[in-house]
Parts: sequence; C-alpha cells; structure tokens
Amino acid sequence: MTRAAKKRQNKATSKKALKKTAPSSNDCLRGRLQALVASPALRLVDLTQTLSPDFPPIVLPPEMGQSRPFRMEQISRYDENGPAWYWNNVSFGEHTGTHFDAPIHWISGRDLPNNSVDALPLEHFVAPACVIDCSAQAADNADFLLTAGHVAAWETRHGRIPAASWVLMRTDWSKRGDPVAYQNLDETGQHTPGPDPDCVRFLVNERDVLGFGTETIGTDAGQAAHFKPPYPCHTYMHGASKYGLQCLCNLDLLPPTGALIVAAPLKILDGSGSPLRVFALVPSGRG
Amino acid sequence: MAEATTRAKRKNPILRTPLPTLPPGARSRVALGLTAAAARGALELQVCRDCAAVQYPPREVCRDCLSSRLLWRPHNGEGELVAETVLHAAQELYFRERLPWRIGVVRLDDGANLVVYVHESVRGTPCRIRVEAALDRAGEAVLLAVPPHGSTDLSADPKLREMTCDPRRRKILVTDGKSAIGQAVVRALADAGAEMIWVGEAEPWKKIAGSAKLREVPQATVVPLDVTDSASVRELAGEIGGKVDILVNTADCHRTSAIGARGALNAAQLEMDVNYFGLLRLAKEFAPLLKARAADGPANAIAWVNVLSIFALSNYPPHGTYSASKAAALSLSQALRGDLYAAGVRLINLFPGPVDDEWDQLELPPKLSPNALANALVAALRGSMEDVYPGEVAQDWLARHRENAKALERELSEGNR
Repeated sequence: MTRAAKKRQNKATSKKALKKTAPSSNDCLRGRLQALVASPALRLVDLTQTLSPDFPPIVLPPEMGQSRPFRMEQISRYDENGPAWYWNNVSFGEHTGTHFDAPIHWISGRDLPNNSVDALPLEHFVAPACVIDCSAQAADNADFLLTAGHVAAWETRHGRIPAASWVLMRTDWSKRGDPVAYQNLDETGQHTPGPDPDCVRFLVNERDVLGFGTETIGTDAGQAAHFKPPYPCHTYMHGASKYGLQCLCNLDLLPPTGALIVAAPLKILDGSGSPLRVFALVPSGRG
Repeated sequence: MAEATTRAKRKNPILRTPLPTLPPGARSRVALGLTAAAARGALELQVCRDCAAVQYPPREVCRDCLSSRLLWRPHNGEGELVAETVLHAAQELYFRERLPWRIGVVRLDDGANLVVYVHESVRGTPCRIRVEAALDRAGEAVLLAVPPHGSTDLSADPKLREMTCDPRRRKILVTDGKSAIGQAVVRALADAGAEMIWVGEAEPWKKIAGSAKLREVPQATVVPLDVTDSASVRELAGEIGGKVDILVNTADCHRTSAIGARGALNAAQLEMDVNYFGLLRLAKEFAPLLKARAADGPANAIAWVNVLSIFALSNYPPHGTYSASKAAALSLSQALRGDLYAAGVRLINLFPGPVDDEWDQLELPPKLSPNALANALVAALRGSMEDVYPGEVAQDWLARHRENAKALERELSEGNR
C-alpha cells in the first residue's frame, strides 16, 4: 500500500470509529465522566518518566544503527528570534524515554495487519492493567526473571489475568535515579530484570494479553539476547500483535488489579513506537 | 610547598581584569607568506628563482635583479646577530604594556638582513644565532633570534613566552576523556605540568578501559560533558568556563561509512553532531569566556585546540562521511580562529593521519599512536604554531595537497592512499 493510500485509509477508519463511539447526545455520560475524573473516587497516577537529555537510551554496539537520545534546541525565548514566545525543536528516536512498542518494531510482527502506531485501534489505548510485584526479587537479583510459575502464584491471589489487559512487571527499577545504576551495564552487557520465554508464551497463548510493560529499558531482560529465542518478549508479543511499554515509573502506586491504563502513542506514519504520556485511572480504595 | 611551584599566583578579585591588547597585525598579502609557514612551525623566506638572492622583508620583486619570480623556500635560519637594542618607549599599546623589549638585526649567512626579537639566552653581539619563525598573539609571523644549537624553550623568556601556549601551570578542559586519544592527551598535559585538567565524559553508563587510571592522574577531575547536548555544554561552561585557560577538543565520532552504505545517513548525522555541531556548541559557550580572560595575568586564557583529521583536507572515500564532518569542523574552526585571535587567543588544529584505534583498524600502517598524537599536541602548545600534521601519513598528504590538491583528490578516490 502506498503511503498516500494508507493515509486515506487511516482517515476513513478514524471517522468511522468516531461515528461508532461518539454518543449522539449523551451529555449525561460526559458529565458523569467529568465528575468522576475530578472526584476523590478516582486517582490519576502518572506512569511516565520526564523526557530529558540525561535519560539513558538503549545501548547497542557502536557500529550498529543508533537510536537518538532526547535532545532539545531552543527556537526562541522571548528574544530576537521570537519576541513574545518560547519554544524548542526536539529530536529523539521512537524508542526514547517512556515509550510504546508496536508489533512492526520486531521482525516477528512485520507482516501483521495494522502493525504500526498510526494504524492501531484506538480502543487499545485504554485498557485494564495487572501489576505483578517483583520488586523484592529484583532488589536481590538484577537478572531476575519472571516465570509462568510466578504468574500462576499471582493469579491464585488476584484472579485470572483478563484478556486484552496490560501485564506490568513492577520492579521499582525506575527508582534508580542514577543513569549508571539504571542501565546497569558491565562487560557482559546489561543486567536488568524481565520475563523468561515460558512466561511470555503463557501470557500470549493462554491469557491473550494486550501487551507487557516494564520499568527498565526494554520489555525483555537485560541478558535476553542470550535467551532461546533471543528477546522472547519482543519476539512473541509483537509476533502476536501485542504491544510493549517500557521505562514506566510509579508502578508501586498501582493496585495489582483494577487500574485502567491510558497509553496512546503518537500517530507516526509507519511508526514502530513512540514516546508517550502513560497514566493510570485508579478507583479509590485500590492500591 | 610543591603547590607553590606548580600553581600560578591567585588572582586579586578586587582588581579589574585587564583587556587584551594585540601586537600590530597588518601585513601585506605577500608578507603573509611568512605567516603561512610559521603557522606550520616553519621558517620560509622568498628566494629569487633567477639570481638565488634571499629576500627580506617579503616583496614583489628581487632586491638584486628585479625579477618577479620569487619563491617561498624553507630556510635554516643560520646567521649572526650583528646589532641589538632595547626598546624603552612605544606608541603601540601591546609593546607599551611589555616594555622593555629586546630587538636586534640579524645578517643571515646567505646575505639577507632581518629585524628580530632576541631570546633572553642570546647574549652579546656579534654572535652566532639561528632565526626561527613564530606566531605572535595576533597570529602573525615574527622572527626570533635563538641560540644556534639545540631546541630553545620559548617559555623560558618572559617576553617570548607570549608566542607560546605552554600548558605548564594552566587550567585545561579536555572535552572527551573516554577515547584513547583523550586519555593520552590528559596524561601528556599532566606530564607537561598542567595545574588542573577537567576531563569531559559523556554517557557515564558506558564504562571504558582506562577510566579508573584516568582518575588517578592527580590534576584530573572528571566532569559530565556531552557535546551533542547543548544543555550539557552550557552547564559546564557556567561551572568552569570562567577558569579554563586552554580548551582541548578531543570529542570525536568516527564511523567507517562509505557514503552509499546502508545506515550512512545515520552515521553521518552522529559524526556531524559530535565533530561539527559539537564544536559549534563548545564555541558558542566557551569562546566568549576565553576571550574575556585573554589578558588575565600570567594564568590567562590562551588557546583552543581541535583534534581534526588529515581526512579534513581531502575526502578519503572509505571514511567518506567522517571526512566530510572533519572538513566541516575545519571550516568552522577558521571562523572560530578569527574570532579568538581578536582577543589574542590562539586556535591550534591537529590533522593526524590514521590513528591506531578501532575505527582505523583496517588502515595499513604507519598509524599514529594516541601517545604520539598527544605529544605532538603538547609540543604545538609549547612551541608557536597553529596547524600541526603529526606523523608520516599526515606529512605525506599535506605535501601532496599543497603541491596539487586535485591530484590528491583523484588519488584518494581511486583508492590510492
């Protein structure tokens, strides 16, 4: 499909979606939603790291293509370049800071329909989340791997993971404010927690989740290049039209179940992902 | 007590920092031939192609036979100091601030008479001397009479020290200490007696070999600096910019991309961001601060050094995008040099050939070791020059470039390094 044709198609589907979902004259529902967001019955939690030049990007061997870190150049600040206004040019890779991975990001998802960020269904951008607390294990072992057994244990306490929900792996890794500790690199590569291959297969095949989210750089563990298959979370999730969220924070403020996640990536033509503002709506009394 | 010998006297903060004055800089176009050679650290004089008479001062036609065929040729500078005097009054502000000043007349062995500055260690007339070319604070060539044998330390003469940028007792910023070159430069500057060396490090999560050893250099302090990040450069300039006497820009990004290679554009952008925009960011933040302290007593801001590449002169296609980024940096450095010279701060460019590091792995020897490059850098600061071509390959390319730039372009594009 040509780029222009794809643009036209996107336009058409978004119009259709608008017609389908917009209530004809439901001021009442709008009022109730508005009141709910403002009321103490609902807590909003920001799950997003601040985009800044100091936030570390993914590290790859230098001869490979590199994702650009966040950079900002001022256009004007109430000066001769723009007397009454302040603004900046920013640049960054699609996978910078707190960001979303679309299925097209991985080779396993390259031929799936609607696999780039501009083509994803809007309704996927608001979804429930199951939060699995691995903070104690990750504190003991930077290479901690979440297994299907851990997930089963979580389900006995909190119930079955519903289909089309996010599974978020809480490690408190985002509390590592020092970029060196956050990257945690040594001469054998990165050491950060993540899911093992069985766990990912279980979440994809048995639970049909929406996607997997982490607090580290990457949905896969730091050493996942050496797993079978390499990068199982990317391979299986994206191969099954599932998504990824990484560099999340404040997962410790979420309940194990009951939070609703809003995560809408930028609408980039053929985009493989994007930085985004992720936040949670948490009913009071949970978490 | 050791401190007292390595550290310049501290500045009195209630006194106004003096403004820089410059020696007279006007030169005719033909006289700039002296400057062109002095910039490389060489003495060249015009020689008549018809009667072989050596000329001074630079001129349009031969002083003996009126031939206009005068060629710039290297000169050994051997001659005799036949007269000297001491200047006690001067209208020029630069000299007025530095009086008394010794000047002399030299008769070269092949006949030309020169007016020269006389090094302190030259005593008595007449006596045998050697003439050297140097650059003054305005960047123009001047001639010096020094002892005839051995190498002369210009810094040993309190007046001629002005012709150098000796790193001894200086406070120096090395913009990247993570590369082999950066680390060698830090060690060489420390050995040369630098008082303090700030060492920039980007991406601290990428640990590199030699990092711990660098931290053992007593004068070295590692500071965060990423030349691709304007905010980072601005922040460091705010912190230490008012103290830096010499800035040595070792930040370098080298990818081995032929221009048609997949990914060449990304590599080129990375290289430009470090090699060109990085220099621009440093210039924007640090140059005004260096200029403001160009006459700040004996520990003044004095020099800016860029590590460029001989590939900046003519594109070397196997490193096509890298060559282009270094050519861009060379062009930018010319604008920066003019700006800095207005305050008497010298800009020195180094043009090394292939270096013995991972990015030049597939280049055949001879390759320049990082230590040899660092030593050339220190020698350039101690001496009096602004363009340095260290190593055999750089010297060879320079000679070919000067002789016939188009031929060099063709040779390189045909893979004939």
